[in-house]
Amino acid sequence: MVLQPSERHYRDWSHRRLGPWCSPTGSPAPLSCETGCGEGSWILVCRLLVPTQVSLLSMEEDIDTRKINNSFLRDHSYATEADIISTVEFNHTGELLATGDKGGRVVIFQREQESKNQVHRRGEYNVYSTFQSHEPEFDYLKSLEIEEKINKIRWLPQQNAAYFLLSTNDKTVKLWKVSERDKRPEGYNLKDEEGRLRDPATITTLRVPVLRPMDLMVEATPRRVFANAHTYHINSISVNSDYETYMSADDLRINLWNFEITNQSFNIVDIKPANMEELTEVITAAEFHPHHCNTFVYSSSKGTIRLCDMRASALCDRHTKFFEEPEDPSNRSFFSEIISSISDVKFSHSGRYIMTRDYLTVKVWDLNMESRPIETYQVHDYLRSKLCSLYENDCIFDKFECVWNGSDSVIMTGSYNNFFRMFDRNTKRDVTLEASRENSKPRAILKPRKVCVGGKRRKDEISVDSLDFSKKILHTAWHPSENIIAVAATNNLYIFQDKVN
Amino acid sequence: MEGTMFARGLKRKCWDGDEDVEGAPAAPSYSLQRQSLLDMSLVKLQLCHTLVEPNLCRSVLIANTVRQIQEEMTQDGAWQLPAPPVAGRGPLDHLVSTEILCRAAWEQQGQRPAPDLPSELPGALGAPAPGSAQSCIWEADSSRGHRGSFPKSLDQIFETLESRAPSPVEGLFADAGGPYYDLDAVLTGMVGGKSGPGGGDGLQALAPAGAPPPSASCKRDLGELDHVVEILVET
Repeated sequence: MVLQPSERHYRDWSHRRLGPWCSPTGSPAPLSCETGCGEGSWILVCRLLVPTQVSLLSMEEDIDTRKINNSFLRDHSYATEADIISTVEFNHTGELLATGDKGGRVVIFQREQESKNQVHRRGEYNVYSTFQSHEPEFDYLKSLEIEEKINKIRWLPQQNAAYFLLSTNDKTVKLWKVSERDKRPEGYNLKDEEGRLRDPATITTLRVPVLRPMDLMVEATPRRVFANAHTYHINSISVNSDYETYMSADDLRINLWNFEITNQSFNIVDIKPANMEELTEVITAAEFHPHHCNTFVYSSSKGTIRLCDMRASALCDRHTKFFEEPEDPSNRSFFSEIISSISDVKFSHSGRYIMTRDYLTVKVWDLNMESRPIETYQVHDYLRSKLCSLYENDCIFDKFECVWNGSDSVIMTGSYNNFFRMFDRNTKRDVTLEASRENSKPRAILKPRKVCVGGKRRKDEISVDSLDFSKKILHTAWHPSENIIAVAATNNLYIFQDKVN
Repeated sequence: MEGTMFARGLKRKCWDGDEDVEGAPAAPSYSLQRQSLLDMSLVKLQLCHTLVEPNLCRSVLIANTVRQIQEEMTQDGAWQLPAPPVAGRGPLDHLVSTEILCRAAWEQQGQRPAPDLPSELPGALGAPAPGSAQSCIWEADSSRGHRGSFPKSLDQIFETLESRAPSPVEGLFADAGGPYYDLDAVLTGMVGGKSGPGGGDGLQALAPAGAPPPSASCKRDLGELDHVVEILVET
């Protein structure tokens, strides 16, 4: 599917009415990454929504397309479940931002180019390309649907003019090539300008077709389809630092692929027990080391992380390192195991640390110390007394992701009520921010939020019982080098940047 | 009592967050809360009537929770002792009702509707119900027998999960160089085989091409699926 990047259907234009901004003292405030996230300030750059055909059809009134697109970002919520964003990822330069949704679509946003007249517009992202990556499938043998929801997107480093990314649903990984076309051939002999075949009898001269410029078009084409290698649901993909291989992990197995070969993959981890009744642990996430192409980690539902070295053996069932924190006996409950299940694992950019997210905390581990994490951050400890209710409504199984900033000094993760949290590892300060329409005017500084845990509730605080557990921030992304973050809240994509930018 | 509850670690069951109403009875006893949690977990383990494969991680975590509760109840002796009549149900009835909750997973496959209680106990699965021909191919465990209803339920759930995942026929479509798919076919067949009398079924599952197609007396709601299986098996 081809989308003209000049089409502005998906932008929220309301912010254009606001004038330029600056910090209260009139001078630019230092970057958050230098002063710590507690002192930095975050502003909303834009909120992006992409409509679908389905959502247009679900409306009650009959409005024409043009009006729909322009009014889309007002208070109507035409979004359907297919629009729920399921993954967000910046590319390696931060120029592109990809999102995947439950409907199997990938939408790529491109950063607005800096221009002299409108310096403050830099940092905004516009739609660059949209395509349907995965379609729903039906497995006739098991009478089960295979969801088209995009579980993960990972970019390949750019090696030529085109962009490449991997996108995956539960069963199939695809390699997509996104390229620009700004010329087209004209002057064919056998076809006329509309493409109709000409009668050969009417051709009296021959000419050489020439390339003429055309409006920029962005095309996405599937270059590889890696299918039929996963019995269970794929939860992670990770591109190796050799740029030749990548891995895909499902609940019980991890496979290694070569980008050029689609009909074969190597199984490198298999934790499926011979007797399925003995199954007590599953793989929840996996990632390659950013620099060492032989090293990867995978996390489990029992709160453990295993680091494996592919040089040791072909099948990496034996870990090289095993990271597990001893259980705190005073906090033991029937829910202890569930809340210890790791939902995401990420290497730091430096490759020295790994970060894990479990239900209530984010932990940073030093690769050289397996016995316990070096840092633990409480994301929403006030939920600890609510675990039974959260178990009942299944929220306890929500899988939150976590991300590092470019310098590995700040980590970020999501929570409920459209809250997301940032922790500065150096200053030990943390902040809770909210991604919501009501509370963020474009370019206004985000106000830190606070949850009141009992006792007197102050004016701006929100009590635990008032939290909306249906509004969860599971997916966030941080620009690789700048303080720009993307936060997915259901079907909305919020882009925030540090004030100084 | 409160101290005991917290020492065991089970916070107030789903009364957390609720305020105590004046005049309301004291928080339910720990064992009652634990029982409620157990019931809730078993209900969650039921494979829903959705078209999508259930989340394996969630199922494993819930099953582990159920096991923990069961172990604790066994240690307490709560598993063996009959509950006082005040509780309303005897343990055997309770076990049976638990089983029925788990049995719903099988019913999903289109097998007979809620069976009578007496016939549900030992060996009932071995009965030649129309759906069980189906289970020969997929689960190969009709004769698992009764090891005690509770663990049996968990096992059933995992086998159903297992059967939904790899199937012997899937081996036909596996990639070249995917040895584990053939292994899956073997394992699926052997799951039932391991526990004794299921061996014959296991062997059957190993040779999908040779397996007899389901009989014509299959229930209508299984008919289409079986038809597909027939076609594949004869291919």
